[in-house]
Amino acid sequence: MAASGDEVKLLGRSWGCPYVIRARIALELKGVSYDYVVEQLGEKKSELLLKSNPVYKKVPVLIHNDRPICESAIILQYIDEVWPEPGPRYFPRIHMNWFPALLKIIKVKTEKEKAEALEQSFVGLSLLEETYKKSFEGKAFFGGDNVGYLDIIFGSFLGWVKAIEKISDIKLIDKAKFPLLAKWAERFASVATVKEHVPKTDELVELFSKVLKDIWNASAPNN
Amino acid sequence: MAKEVKLLGAWPSPYVLRVQIALELKGVSYEYSEQQLWENKSELLLRSNPVYKKVPVLIHKDQPICESAIIIRYIDDVWGACGPAILPSDPYERAISCFWASYIDDKWGPSSSGLIKGKTDEEKAAGAEQAFLGLELLEEAYEKSSKGKRFFGGDNVGYLDIVLGSSLGWIEVAEIMSGIKLFDNAKFPLLTGWAERFRAAAVVKKLMPETEKLMEYGKAVQARMNAAAAN
Repeated sequence: MAASGDEVKLLGRSWGCPYVIRARIALELKGVSYDYVVEQLGEKKSELLLKSNPVYKKVPVLIHNDRPICESAIILQYIDEVWPEPGPRYFPRIHMNWFPALLKIIKVKTEKEKAEALEQSFVGLSLLEETYKKSFEGKAFFGGDNVGYLDIIFGSFLGWVKAIEKISDIKLIDKAKFPLLAKWAERFASVATVKEHVPKTDELVELFSKVLKDIWNASAPNN
Repeated sequence: MAKEVKLLGAWPSPYVLRVQIALELKGVSYEYSEQQLWENKSELLLRSNPVYKKVPVLIHKDQPICESAIIIRYIDDVWGACGPAILPSDPYERAISCFWASYIDDKWGPSSSGLIKGKTDEEKAAGAEQAFLGLELLEEAYEKSSKGKRFFGGDNVGYLDIVLGSSLGWIEVAEIMSGIKLFDNAKFPLLTGWAERFRAAAVVKKLMPETEKLMEYGKAVQARMNAAAAN
């Protein structure tokens, strides 16, 4: 169980990475103080990162009293167990493979691949809209009155959703197609902790055009 | 009551085996329903798992739960009072257990698949290399996790034992088909010892399909896929 002498560190990226954002939102909703250590995108990975996550060498990594925990879904679960009060309990785990498909919209080169990526993204959104309608309608969030696990898991992607909408000029969370999700997205975006961490659309668009596009073009085609 | 708990499964699936082991460890009576995986998927399966249309699916009091990792967690929560916990009770140890389970399913399995699926010698060699890299990591993970005890979970079969152990049948198939010994006692003494103990556990002996049957099934699947590719 957590105690006031706890040392909590989070290894993350300066901003933009939804998996890191999840961990930050979860910690802050629980009121846990932590040291945020930034790995710079594109630069050499730090000793600490390589030592803490030798298997994947990726962020986020939560380091609690010198013990590293990796993989954002596992980190969220851990946070919920170690700091159960105060704040809402998070939902049991749910699979999300949606983000890579979403990113493909701006990563791929051919129109055909783009159409496929779009379709996959819409399938995911339809599922979520349906899930919301069936199990959560009438509630402010997937977590009920408060932001919960699924809100954080999906909501951390909203920055990128808006950026991709702008870059590719396509409406993804269309009010007409996904009325519940569209309203939920507005509510989620207005939560104070979220406002602090979900990056601004223009900044992400700039990150894409100035940095990511080149990195993606340079790396292997099957990303 | 057996009717309250139903498991939709398929005998060759290691993911289904995981859930069966978990249910047995907790002494839960359940109705098992063998499912068609290729054509003619049952109404019940399609209705219970519309997202993935896959087994295993646990149906408890008419509510379906999908994805083996989630099902096992559910079993551990609902039948918590029945026998030792499957997942570690310490949050940190639980996180480590879940980390390695994800690693096995999401990284190790896919990266090693060239070993059986590879068409060229290079692909097979690459698959073997990835398999060995993973085993090195898992040998170390076992040492840390077991703390000298019989299983990853300590004295009792736990989550990570179930996740890795349920694949031992198919791993043996891969060894036979590729001619490469993966669970090599010289290279991975701890894991090899663990594998023997796991297979010898009563609940596993009862449930694990025979390697020969898995081989036959694997060959039939391969033939089917080759035929489909040829068309």
